[in-house]
Amino acid sequence: MSGAPLLEVSGLCMRFGGLLAVNEVALRVEEGQIVSLIGPNGAGKTTVFNCLTGFYKPSAGSIRFRGEEVSGLPGFKLARKGMVRTFQHVRLFKQMSVVENLLVAQHQHLNTNMLAGLFKTLSYRRAEREAMDRAAWWLERLGLTDVANRTAGTLAYGQQRRLEIARCMVTRPTLLMLDEPAAGLNPKETADLQELIAELRDEQGLSILLIEHDMKLVMGISDHVVVINQGCPLADGTPEEVRRHPDVIKAYLGET
Amino acid sequence: MPDWFYYLIQQLLNGLTLGSTYALIAIGYTMVYGIIGMINFAHGEVYMIGSYIAFIVLAALALMGIESLPLLIAGALICSMVVTSAYGYSIERVAYRPLRGGNRLIPLISAIGMSIFLQNLVRLAQGSRDIAMPNLVRGGLDIGPTTGFHATLSYMQIVIFVVTLISMVLLTLFITRSRMGRACRACAEDLKMTNLLGINTNAIIALTFVIGAALAAVAGVLLGMYYGVINPYIGFMAGLKAFTAAVLGGIGSIPGAVLGGILLGVAEALTAGYFSAEYKDVVAFSVLILVLLFRPSGILGRPEVEKV
Amino acid sequence: MMLRNLKPALISAVVVVILSGLLMGIRLQQQGTGLVLIGGGMDVAVKIGAAALFIFLFNLFRDHLTALWNRVPALPRTPAAISILAARPAAHRLMWCFIIAAAVIWPFLTNRSNIDLATLVLIYVMLGLGLNIVVGLAGLLDLGYVGFYAVGAYTYALLSMYFGIGFWTGLVAAGAMAALFGFLLGFPVLRLRGDYLAIVTLGFGEIIRILLNNFTSLTNGPNGIGNIPKPDLFGLEFSRRASEGAQTFHEFFGIDFNSVHRVMFLYFLALVLVLFTLFVINRLLRMPVGRAWEALREDEVACRSLGINPTAVKLNAFTIGATFAGFAGCFFAARQGFISPESFTFIESAIILAIVVLGGMGSQLGVILAAIIMTLLPEIARQFDEYRMLLFGLLMVLMMIWRPQGLLPMKRPHLELKS
Repeated sequence: MSGAPLLEVSGLCMRFGGLLAVNEVALRVEEGQIVSLIGPNGAGKTTVFNCLTGFYKPSAGSIRFRGEEVSGLPGFKLARKGMVRTFQHVRLFKQMSVVENLLVAQHQHLNTNMLAGLFKTLSYRRAEREAMDRAAWWLERLGLTDVANRTAGTLAYGQQRRLEIARCMVTRPTLLMLDEPAAGLNPKETADLQELIAELRDEQGLSILLIEHDMKLVMGISDHVVVINQGCPLADGTPEEVRRHPDVIKAYLGET
Repeated sequence: MPDWFYYLIQQLLNGLTLGSTYALIAIGYTMVYGIIGMINFAHGEVYMIGSYIAFIVLAALALMGIESLPLLIAGALICSMVVTSAYGYSIERVAYRPLRGGNRLIPLISAIGMSIFLQNLVRLAQGSRDIAMPNLVRGGLDIGPTTGFHATLSYMQIVIFVVTLISMVLLTLFITRSRMGRACRACAEDLKMTNLLGINTNAIIALTFVIGAALAAVAGVLLGMYYGVINPYIGFMAGLKAFTAAVLGGIGSIPGAVLGGILLGVAEALTAGYFSAEYKDVVAFSVLILVLLFRPSGILGRPEVEKV
Repeated sequence: MMLRNLKPALISAVVVVILSGLLMGIRLQQQGTGLVLIGGGMDVAVKIGAAALFIFLFNLFRDHLTALWNRVPALPRTPAAISILAARPAAHRLMWCFIIAAAVIWPFLTNRSNIDLATLVLIYVMLGLGLNIVVGLAGLLDLGYVGFYAVGAYTYALLSMYFGIGFWTGLVAAGAMAALFGFLLGFPVLRLRGDYLAIVTLGFGEIIRILLNNFTSLTNGPNGIGNIPKPDLFGLEFSRRASEGAQTFHEFFGIDFNSVHRVMFLYFLALVLVLFTLFVINRLLRMPVGRAWEALREDEVACRSLGINPTAVKLNAFTIGATFAGFAGCFFAARQGFISPESFTFIESAIILAIVVLGGMGSQLGVILAAIIMTLLPEIARQFDEYRMLLFGLLMVLMMIWRPQGLLPMKRPHLELKS
């Protein structure tokens, strides 16, 4: 692979009034990599995510996606460029059915011309059919076919987590950003999730940026780990390097 | 001093009078919003009920032959505050408490329903026609030359300033000094946490509605006596104006509500004085829209950070 | 258990007396320049006492009542077989066919005033369906909907007054004008959060009314506009004598003139407009736009993270909702023949909102049912006319408490995965 990395963040700062929540954070995701962002609670991981996905406008720093400066763009534009995220607390369209959740997510790829829809033109029908097929494929892939017509809010927690990932996948992203995907899952579900993330990378050619507390998952799956503490970068390297890093041990275990 | 100067002074005085009563009503909106984050749409009707009670009590006292002005005003204020407090409490208990914690739009719709209900309740009980009352507080102080054009500060306006000021001081003392006031402030910061600390937040919320209603009653008594005319529909517009004032000052902030009320009152009086009285409502709404568009947190409010 | 409830029950009873004693018990009456008080007399006192006693007993036996209520067997639920059948698209279509057929046949079996009333119901159905897009589907509480209704009505009235434009051109113009207003007003306000949006739209609605009232040179102010031409059927007029260069309906078909024809024509016209509205909305619902509306109502943050532009989608809902209000307004102006700003007060917005809320947000059938109930109830129970608005308000509160999803909540469409 030549040229710029898929995502390159440098000098990212986020200030809320007098509080510097994120200070000079840098990270890069190469194509096909799984990169994890870890750190103790309140380290500013989700804030970094919110900056990357356009929910906050970073106070300083650059975010380059495929070599293009994207910092400060509104969230929906970033999503259209292929950076899609999940949320720490599942955010589904709870009163809509599971299939509808997946159809909504394909909005950007569909024919949104009003007249085409009112008269059901040929191209409109084809686009709708394709959207439905893609939704069906991902439901099958994540084992949600049985609940396709249930309202999303009635699903079990593990299913909701999977639906959220499916909903990201139907948008055809290049970079999938998962915010604590294993939170609230039992060990079996976490193991399945780990397998799923690896498969998504291998089958779909995705790159993945992950925030996670479950160290077994992080260490087992990541190509690269970035550690931040109190908003500042602390360490950066392969899982092995990070595990041995004295500052990381200190941050997690305290002074001993 | 030229005539235009006294004309301007007159408009400013009128604006301040109007504005200070808006401020009284706006405090009710802002306190409720600060604690449970809902727009109490029925608050304007509470103000209107306050006016009606004031008229009834004033007429009753006059019939009993009481002519002492302070006694009349005090009687009207006390009765009106007691009754509207009961309304404030009941509205919260019946129409809002069962809905707490759901979608934001649901309590708002319930509040609109409550507003329509109260308006029509008064219409049925008291008729829909205007009710006028003779001016009880006559005369005033002249500002400027005794002959020719001058501004007048009427005694009624002085009464309004004094009563408003006393109410504000009492409210501030209550909020900053008393135990209940401290609990109120804690609720505004974090309702759930306050509840976990063993404070009966339901009681605090009810108290907020009661305080807001009592202040609206003060405004109702004062404005009712000032204008001398009431009908069951005055609450709607007054409520909207006061809400605008609360938003202008920064919703959730009590000093903001006072500031917003006074600014809005002055803006309206200037429009009526220099442009056309018909458009003063348009000015109020335009102010509301512009503030929400360009500075939704108002003059003294805190900006809201979106939680993802 | 009763003792524990005694104190709150007593307090509630006292509160009831305070609430009603002065306000209901004594009536202010203007006499010359002074005021007199009229006591309500014995019967009012008895009523207040009864209310207080009722509240007292209710609170005293509250726990017993809850227990009793829980013991009442729940209403038998619709058997599974029937609900599955009803959920099938074919059954659904059949039901709609019946409703439409009934609506078409019905006017031939009834009298003139009933048809007239039904036309009014249809106007409210159209308004309800339009507002349902904005409130029920997109979740944007629009309290100034009546403003767009007014824009539609005045567009047609003014165009016909100044340029002699006919109903059908006027209908298109009214829809377009209302859409334009929706777009222009929506543009700045749609970034606002839900409850702020509600108040701002309320403000816009009032501004439109105040402007109509005060632009006397253009709109004739509070006196309104009269002599608005009635709609025609492909150039055929429904009057006794044709105007210049036109032909009347009865002459064309060689039948006797009957004024009922016009009433029926207006009814059918309204029905066609409603059916058109229903058709468009049903299509929109199954289109990407419609799904995006609902997604936005559910979770705006998630929408943004999936590449949906919330402002564009909201604007869309706002504009389309306004268009239908414009159509309804044009029809209203043509039917009444006279309009004034009086017809477009906030209360009208509240009634339309009540229809949407009562019917079930997002539900088409619910809106139709609610429009019928809201319009017919006060007509049927004439003696309750005075209490109409009181009951409206009460109903809105009670619906929010007991059944916020409405009478007929929206059903999710069942989508087949494989064709």
